[in-house]
Amino acid sequence: MPEGERIRIGGGQGFWGDDLDAPRRLVEGGPLDYLMLDYLAEVTMSILRKLHDRDPSAGYARDFVTLMREIYPACAERGIKVVANAGGVHPHGCAEALEEAARSAGLAGKTRIGVVSGDDLMERLDALLEQGHALTNMETGVPLSSVRGQVRSANAYLGAGPIVEALAAGADVVVTGRVSDPALAAAPLIHEFGWAFDDHNRLAAAILAGHVVECGAQSSGGNCMAEWWSIPHRDVIGFPIVEVEPTGAFVVTKHPNTGGRVDRASVVEQIVYEIGDPRRVLTPDVSADFTTIRLIEEGANRVRLEGIQGAPPPDSYKVSVAYGAGWMAAGTLLYTWPDALAKARAAEVMLRRRFDRMGYRLDEIQAEYVGWNAGHGPLSTVPPPDAPEVQLRVAVRSTHRPSVAGFAREMAPLVLTGPPSVTGYAAGRARVQEVIAYWPALIDKNAVDPHVRVEVCRP
Amino acid sequence: MKRIPLVHLAHARSGDKGDVANIGVVAYTEDLYPLLVERVTVERVREHFGDWVEGEIERYELPNLWALNFVLHGALDGGGTVSLRTDAQGKVLSSALLRMEVEVPEDVALRVRGWGRVPLDWSPENP
Repeated sequence: MPEGERIRIGGGQGFWGDDLDAPRRLVEGGPLDYLMLDYLAEVTMSILRKLHDRDPSAGYARDFVTLMREIYPACAERGIKVVANAGGVHPHGCAEALEEAARSAGLAGKTRIGVVSGDDLMERLDALLEQGHALTNMETGVPLSSVRGQVRSANAYLGAGPIVEALAAGADVVVTGRVSDPALAAAPLIHEFGWAFDDHNRLAAAILAGHVVECGAQSSGGNCMAEWWSIPHRDVIGFPIVEVEPTGAFVVTKHPNTGGRVDRASVVEQIVYEIGDPRRVLTPDVSADFTTIRLIEEGANRVRLEGIQGAPPPDSYKVSVAYGAGWMAAGTLLYTWPDALAKARAAEVMLRRRFDRMGYRLDEIQAEYVGWNAGHGPLSTVPPPDAPEVQLRVAVRSTHRPSVAGFAREMAPLVLTGPPSVTGYAAGRARVQEVIAYWPALIDKNAVDPHVRVEVCRP
Repeated sequence: MKRIPLVHLAHARSGDKGDVANIGVVAYTEDLYPLLVERVTVERVREHFGDWVEGEIERYELPNLWALNFVLHGALDGGGTVSLRTDAQGKVLSSALLRMEVEVPEDVALRVRGWGRVPLDWSPENP
């Protein structure tokens, strides 16, 4: 790469369900070297596991393949590489579907697809427990054996290393299972600039760059509080791009002629998003110190971040285990003026008495009044005076499924039996869902074996 | 001194990791950051949230970004996928914190009046 060259990475998806058109806007809207796409929220892996159990060919983010069918030709033509954790619990299945998409785009023999796997510990779980990896819950200190029977998925968050390996082997698109989210952007930087894994300051910069783009438009004006009313054209919001220099300093920006806004406020809100101790932001690759970041507003929609320092990473990978923890359901009813809140409150009391009378075994009952306290809970101290309407939302949880199913039938009858001027019961009908709980744990890095495969698209 | 809601001094974003939530609170201007450090203490935040947050609260300072980061343990009724709340993932704990009242000098109160709230002449079609 020529000296002084910058690498541009765009964050095109913040979660599975994000703006489907955003990656296309990033690819077509201006210069870009890499597109990173984050599909995996915590809950996503257990959903994909369930789909995979029902149909062995499923278990990855199919949206990604649909998207690539559309943008693959443009990416190939412009030399834009793609890194996505769309593989879910079946990265090889995702790669196979992707190869089919590449073939139909006329790219047989012209594109290389990389697959990173080895994060999935589900098949090895009993062996690992037997070998003495207790996978103790980081928050409660309880060993995993106590919920072993209910475990639905278990994945280690891999680092940037295997993605770097895939890029070095010539991959144009890299599909992964569970990796640390910022690694999806850090890996291309480590690969392009040849940064060493003990160059902790540059690795911290790479992880910061990834952190800034991993939630999509949340750093370019989406969900931004600061003067939100003046942020232009969020309907065509420009997803964030980092322009990274060989030193690790980078500018956060977005393509011209897009909506949204990149400024100090939008970028800082994202930097502090979902972090703990800012002096030790832990990833598999580095411990980054966010208190060392220097932020400079360079101009309209250009924010420069530099100076970040890093330290060696922990010896363990974080493991996310999902396990079944009972059943839940939630339903709503809309009460209208006059005395909307009084009616909703009377309905709540009526429901609670019904639950007792029916003998439902409910571990928790939560009642909220949308329009008053569903967002801020007890901090919404003063009820709205003479509210035009209030929506009652009742949710329950239990390890006894028939009780939750019973609850699900209890709300609709209130339109005929309860307080008056009520509607909206059809839209708010309760549905029984399994509760998937999270078990955060650590595992020795030596116990996990990341695997990389890179292959040319076959004809 | 005058008591005003924090919403005039700072903006914020919150999110979840398991049953732990964090709220990043960011001063609108550099000179307001020391006021946040002084007034938005762990004790005040604990008092503000009351029973809504069950566990420990930690505060971290990021003077380089004019920001404080609060880590709230046991804030999500069991965690994002277990909680029965509408806000199971703690997304609006940020705006809930900005309700908190803080004491500021009169001149500061005057300068930040209206900050953080939608202007009267605004319309949803703008900009």
